[in-house]
Amino acid sequence: MKFLNNELVSEFFEDKLAVAGLVIFVILSLLALFPSYVTYQNPYDLTQLYLENSFRPPGSDFFLGTDEQGRDIYSAMIYGLRISLYVGLASTILSVIIGYTLGLISGYYGGWVDTIIMRIADIQLSFPAILIALIIMALWGEGVGKIIIAITIVNWVYYARTARGVVLSEKEKDYAQSAKALGMGNLSIIFKEIMPNTTAPIIVIATVRIANAIILEATLSFLGLGVPITEPSLGSLISNGYQVLFSGYWWASVFPGMLLMVLIISINLIGDRMRDIMNPRLKR
Amino acid sequence: MALLEVNDLKTHFFTKKGIVKSVDGISFQIEKGEILGIVGESGAGKSITGFSILRLIDDPGRIVEGEIIFDGEDLVPKSEEEMQTIRGNKISMVFQDPQTSLNPVITIGDQLIEAIVYHNRNVSKKEAFERCVAILEKVGLPAARKRMGSYPHQLSGGMKQRVVIAMALLNDPRLLIADEPTTALDVTIQAQILYLMKKLSQDFGSSLILITHDIAVVSQLCDRIAVMYAGRIVEYGTKEEIIFDPKHPYTRGLIACLPKLNDDTDRLYQIPGIMPSLLNLPEGCYFKDRCELADETCDVYPEKQVFGERVVFCHKVT
Repeated sequence: MKFLNNELVSEFFEDKLAVAGLVIFVILSLLALFPSYVTYQNPYDLTQLYLENSFRPPGSDFFLGTDEQGRDIYSAMIYGLRISLYVGLASTILSVIIGYTLGLISGYYGGWVDTIIMRIADIQLSFPAILIALIIMALWGEGVGKIIIAITIVNWVYYARTARGVVLSEKEKDYAQSAKALGMGNLSIIFKEIMPNTTAPIIVIATVRIANAIILEATLSFLGLGVPITEPSLGSLISNGYQVLFSGYWWASVFPGMLLMVLIISINLIGDRMRDIMNPRLKR
Repeated sequence: MALLEVNDLKTHFFTKKGIVKSVDGISFQIEKGEILGIVGESGAGKSITGFSILRLIDDPGRIVEGEIIFDGEDLVPKSEEEMQTIRGNKISMVFQDPQTSLNPVITIGDQLIEAIVYHNRNVSKKEAFERCVAILEKVGLPAARKRMGSYPHQLSGGMKQRVVIAMALLNDPRLLIADEPTTALDVTIQAQILYLMKKLSQDFGSSLILITHDIAVVSQLCDRIAVMYAGRIVEYGTKEEIIFDPKHPYTRGLIACLPKLNDDTDRLYQIPGIMPSLLNLPEGCYFKDRCELADETCDVYPEKQVFGERVVFCHKVT
């Protein structure tokens, strides 16, 4: 994107916390991208699991201990991280595409198009996000694809509302009028003229909401409605370990929980910095 | 045949408070290569006239009556798609504020190229690029080729207005509508831009409608002048007639407002009162409450009076 010029990039790097967040996020993403290189067990491959290894404490042969199946927690966490990140990113990309487009159209055309889209959004926002996702997952059953769609359905609203708000002010500006006076059609004006002026808030919200999508997925998985137990995400690992948390096997739940926390914090640090540098009003 | 002929055009806005008759039955003509100035106070309907010609009136406004005959064809009944092929192509517009009329996040070059390619699909990007550079040089933008990669905020106000004018001229329009093109510019730049527009309209053989509240501007540039008041044209004629021999009391008032070099007065003349609200227009002549000559005959809206090329709407002019 053109406005991501050097000025903004170098401004991003002025904040040490944000850089730390970015570094952590990049490391975690790399781990999640190439899990087989950084783990010594494939937690999905049942032939690699031995029951005599169940509930080994951290530090022994297994870096972070094992669960009741003898599954290495560290390896399971990396594979779980992969699924969590995949769900978070995929659902965010999908909801940006859907929500952004609907928001642009809604704000630009106004009238009944706007009314319909925004009333649906309002109705949806009047329910807690987790409730909507729970209903959808309860109806459809578990699965990675399904959870991505469920989170998309929950999250598109935020992009639609933000985009609509920005378009309402942008479309009144002279450049939109002059594009019209140049003979441009509505769709060209929306996507070629107005859209490039509305990307900053969308990028900021998307960054923050990736963390949100990951938490939502973890919550659903924790409640047993997310990804199937054969492909555990961080949420289902926490849930799995939670059952034996008070039996002394704390590591099965605490380590995945800590990884989830580190992931969310790193994304939020990046998101906060993005908000600061893209909001001209917060600049000194 | 005139290039543009506006007959009895009425553009009304249907607001919750009532019908605002922003343009209420105006007629004028503009010949090929001519410059027409439309003067009037804020809210007199000048800009709405310009927007009406391009059919850029948004809800709750609507052209309720009249014809806009451009090149022998009436624009009022045309569909939106047909208008899109005319806008920016045969008729284009320059807006008041160059600071905001360029898209801030797209380079000058991309915006200009888009304006060409949008209307001519068969023009290659490279061809379009060269045409843009040529036209930027023509409007006097220094280092035109380099400027193609600049963003609007990297240019000064005067430079931006040159770019806006270049954009309007890209597709060789037959008619250019300039809505207060110099109001947002420094005085030093104003004259340059005005003469540039005059020169370009001569070079390109296109007609120009100059919308302004500044009668000094029209007196320098225009061939013909239309004076608007509260949505109607009160006087229309050649520049010489309007400037040196104004007949309508409002036009006379406007010209009397101009400071004169060899005058020794302390205060400038001003027309008493303000323009009536378009929602609450008086019976009869709209100007009667501010007019020194008004009497009971003015309680009826004056008929059109024609003196050669001049048209005046006033009972007191004979």
